[in-house]
Amino acid sequence: MTDSTKTPPKSAASGMSRRSALKGIAAGAGVVAASGTLPGLLGHAQAQSAEPIRIGFQVHRTGIGAAYGRWYDRTTEAVVKRINEEGGINGRPIEIVAEDDGTDPKRGAEVVEKFANQHKCDLAFGTLFSHVVFGSAPRAGELKIPYFVVSEGHHVASGKLNRYTLQPGITDVKSQVQAMAPFIAENLGKKVTMIYPDFAFGHDHRDYFTSAFENQGGTILEKIAIPPTESSFTKYFPKIPRDTEVIYHVMVGPAVLTFVKELGEFFGPSKPEIFGFIDSLEAVDMASPGLEFLDGTYFWEGMPRYAQSDQTEFDKIYREAVGVDENGASVSDSKDVSTFAHMFGCWETLYIVKAGMEASGYKGPEDRQKLIEAVEAMSDMPHSIEHPQGAKKFNGKTHQTFGHQYISKVTDGKLALAHTTSIEDTLYADEVDYTKQAF
Amino acid sequence: MEFGPYLFFASLEGAITAAVLALTAVGLSIVFGIMRVVNVAHGEFYMLGAVIAWWITSMISAHPALGFVAALIIAPITVGLLAIVCDYLVLRRINYDPERTIVATIGLLYVLQQTTLMTFGPEPRPVEAPFNKRIALPWFEFKEGGFALTWPWGLSTTTYKLAVIAAAVFILLLLWLVMSRTRVGLIMRATQLDSEMAQAHGIPVNKVYALVFGLGAGLAALGAVLVVPIQQAHYLMGGDPLLLSFIVVIIGGLGSVAGTIVAAVLIGMSDGIISVFFTPTLAKIIATLLVAFVLVFRPQGLFGKPEL
Amino acid sequence: MSSALRNFILHILVLAVLVVLFFTVSEYHSGNLARIMVLAVYAMGYNLLFGYKGLLSLGHALFFASGMYGLGLAMEHLGTSAALAMLIGLVSAFVVSAVIGFLALRTSGVAFMIVTLMFAQAGYLTILLAGKYTRGDEGFGIPQADRAIAGIDLSQSDNRYFAALILFAVCFLFIGWLVQTRFGKTLVAIRENPERARMLGYDIQKHKLIAVIISGTLAGAAGAGYALLFGYAGATFATVQYSIYPLLWVLLGGAGTTIGPLIGTIFMTYLIDISSEYTSAYMLIAGLALILLTLFAPHGLAGVVRKKLLPWLP
Repeated sequence: MTDSTKTPPKSAASGMSRRSALKGIAAGAGVVAASGTLPGLLGHAQAQSAEPIRIGFQVHRTGIGAAYGRWYDRTTEAVVKRINEEGGINGRPIEIVAEDDGTDPKRGAEVVEKFANQHKCDLAFGTLFSHVVFGSAPRAGELKIPYFVVSEGHHVASGKLNRYTLQPGITDVKSQVQAMAPFIAENLGKKVTMIYPDFAFGHDHRDYFTSAFENQGGTILEKIAIPPTESSFTKYFPKIPRDTEVIYHVMVGPAVLTFVKELGEFFGPSKPEIFGFIDSLEAVDMASPGLEFLDGTYFWEGMPRYAQSDQTEFDKIYREAVGVDENGASVSDSKDVSTFAHMFGCWETLYIVKAGMEASGYKGPEDRQKLIEAVEAMSDMPHSIEHPQGAKKFNGKTHQTFGHQYISKVTDGKLALAHTTSIEDTLYADEVDYTKQAF
Repeated sequence: MEFGPYLFFASLEGAITAAVLALTAVGLSIVFGIMRVVNVAHGEFYMLGAVIAWWITSMISAHPALGFVAALIIAPITVGLLAIVCDYLVLRRINYDPERTIVATIGLLYVLQQTTLMTFGPEPRPVEAPFNKRIALPWFEFKEGGFALTWPWGLSTTTYKLAVIAAAVFILLLLWLVMSRTRVGLIMRATQLDSEMAQAHGIPVNKVYALVFGLGAGLAALGAVLVVPIQQAHYLMGGDPLLLSFIVVIIGGLGSVAGTIVAAVLIGMSDGIISVFFTPTLAKIIATLLVAFVLVFRPQGLFGKPEL
Repeated sequence: MSSALRNFILHILVLAVLVVLFFTVSEYHSGNLARIMVLAVYAMGYNLLFGYKGLLSLGHALFFASGMYGLGLAMEHLGTSAALAMLIGLVSAFVVSAVIGFLALRTSGVAFMIVTLMFAQAGYLTILLAGKYTRGDEGFGIPQADRAIAGIDLSQSDNRYFAALILFAVCFLFIGWLVQTRFGKTLVAIRENPERARMLGYDIQKHKLIAVIISGTLAGAAGAGYALLFGYAGATFATVQYSIYPLLWVLLGGAGTTIGPLIGTIFMTYLIDISSEYTSAYMLIAGLALILLTLFAPHGLAGVVRKKLLPWLP
């Protein structure tokens, strides 16, 4: 359901004009209707309690995930504000209870426990780093509390977690990596050297890309696994074979800038094609000194950081709500670059929670299983303000969503969108059917 | 890359690691050797050097070199002063008791780290080098007729990295001069040998300790300022240098600054060279076990005196 | 009454309090306590080596992880039952601590610190290297269905609490007994004056090695217990941080006391839990608390009690 009214004039500071509020509700209804669930419980005074819906927000405020945590915080704040201004969920406002998990799996499990037992939250959401998800999800399953992760890990879809854990708001690394293979093989080269961190996230890239790329007729010449916490990379670069046509890199962590700089210094003027993942440079300004070397290279983007010439209204409204400008940086500090490729996951997840609660007539924790079943029943989600990153196809059986992936080229210090994959490019066979598992 | 150039390349990279490590570790060695305490917050002083350097260079936007030189002077001094304050407030009161110092400095670590997170923020921030040009390095090959210079693909370094090595050598030489030729150095060494005796001779041991603590922290900060254009300033960057500094100091031998430097060179270089031969994680495991076994068979370190 | 009886009664009292707490506090706090009790076993193991023997190890996470992965890998890849896996976890920790003890005890003091640290780091990296089986830093969950001993589902919060309590009680009473035996007192003697102990004819190295093995096996019991009761094994538990935690807990609670580790673990856990509700800077508060404690209560909380009130506290 598309909406062709013009964006309302910019109202005062927190302004949500009635028009955009109505637009939001209409789009929301569209989502619910399109997902084929029970329609029209919006705004009806069921049990007209103003008792808030408490959502536990597990956020990385400290530890290695802190840079992401900050933007997850801001995005969540923005979407909750928006949903509450539109009338909340079933007439009830959302109350966010945030707890820092220190990007640590032990603390993550404790935090989930706190949400369920002490804060009496209806559900928990927000975790990004995979190892924290792995540490926390079992507890969520035991406590029978819905756990919506915004992680990008393949953990949910792999079947290793439980029926209470879902990832409907952000695509996973397997589908991302797989979708890159055709573009690279057709446009950049057929001989690839991969450089990745030597832990689960990097291994996922190594495994999924290798099989996808070989399917396209390419070969992986060399796989260089860098130990975690490494702070200097130059000594590994001589392992790159001379006949490499494309370097595929997905380094993450605080040392990433060093990695890029040193890669540039190593190659000097004669560099091969380079394809990276924007995970490396989330929250980092593309115009930072030392990154000039990246001009002409390509990046996977979860959501294009720089507003493109065909920017949709949804993108514009989303940026305004969260407080980022057209360069993906904070409107109050242009040096404060956002984690644009990931944070949309919080926005979309909470809208899905809203849709699920409205579809299931959620009244309280006794309806948690109905909520999960309602979400499992969702499938197609159109590009809308609830899904500003793009249309989605949610797989209720694997609890994982699939969406468009974006490839951008670094041009004059900015990222220009070069290719958008279809959703079909990103699909893979189901590895689990959570709906068959008991609650 | 062929073996010869690769080894040369790895050695060069190892030399840079060794240079910065030597500076940071010598700071710890002095504190350890003279005050006999373990400063777990040493890595945080290092981190603060980098953070302050970023702060100064982002304020002075005229030319990167200007900001950098200012940072080179201001950051270590600031960190050194901060360390002296910590010494006054905490260490002195617990009488430099080894166990209590460990706990206190762990607390200090958390305080410094968290404060930096709250003010500087969680993301890594780059600092521009005062100068940085890529230099392609030549390699010799035996061809018919004699030696020939070739320029292997990728064999290169940068002017700044070479400058870091030179700077570290210069600073360490300076330090050695101060320790061995000046009165201040004499006082420090006397305090290290026998603090009671030194006190009996009228040396204000507490003041010496404060100075030493400040000096150790300042050296770590200096190492960080030198390395920050190559890496970034990040609030968690103190962890690895702390670990490595400890290893270097113990392997070199407690109380021996020369031993620390030798150990820094060995460990820095081997870090680079071992990675030539093995996959990176395996190389790290081997390097780690090597350190353990050196100590198992020679607990006093390379230059230390055997304990009774 | 004899000191042995008095100590025994004291320990039983502590256990009784823990039982009562289950019935009186909210589910959230009993969940916390279950976790705390398992970690307190880790702290007690550490305390034996550090508090009683005086050896500061920075690599105990290796022993904790040996137990954790011993149990976890057995259940994940071999499909063993929980009870058998627990045994495997204990044996793994035993073997690892014996080997490490044998090698590391050639050093002492700061060299010992670094050697244990290095072995633990190598262990962590090996877990990552063997990622195909261990799933590296991500770790793996242990399915709820498998976590039952003799038909009792250990993932239920009441069963879990009592399982943790039993684990804690066994180790607590064991330590309480051990420190009063000749062996325990010899450890203290060696800590206070190794030369005199040697002159009196005690085999220092043998005592140290046994202390390391017991300490490591207790740590492994905690690791295996944690994996079994909380359903997760991951390389994070083998990092340096997790070697520093028991040191902190023991120092805060009172090194060289039997009840110190439990108190320290409770204190730190709740300090972080409560302060994290008010600020994300809770580590700052923890850091300040550490500094203050070391300035004004250096022997830890139980240590203060021992000094000022109850000098006979074991």
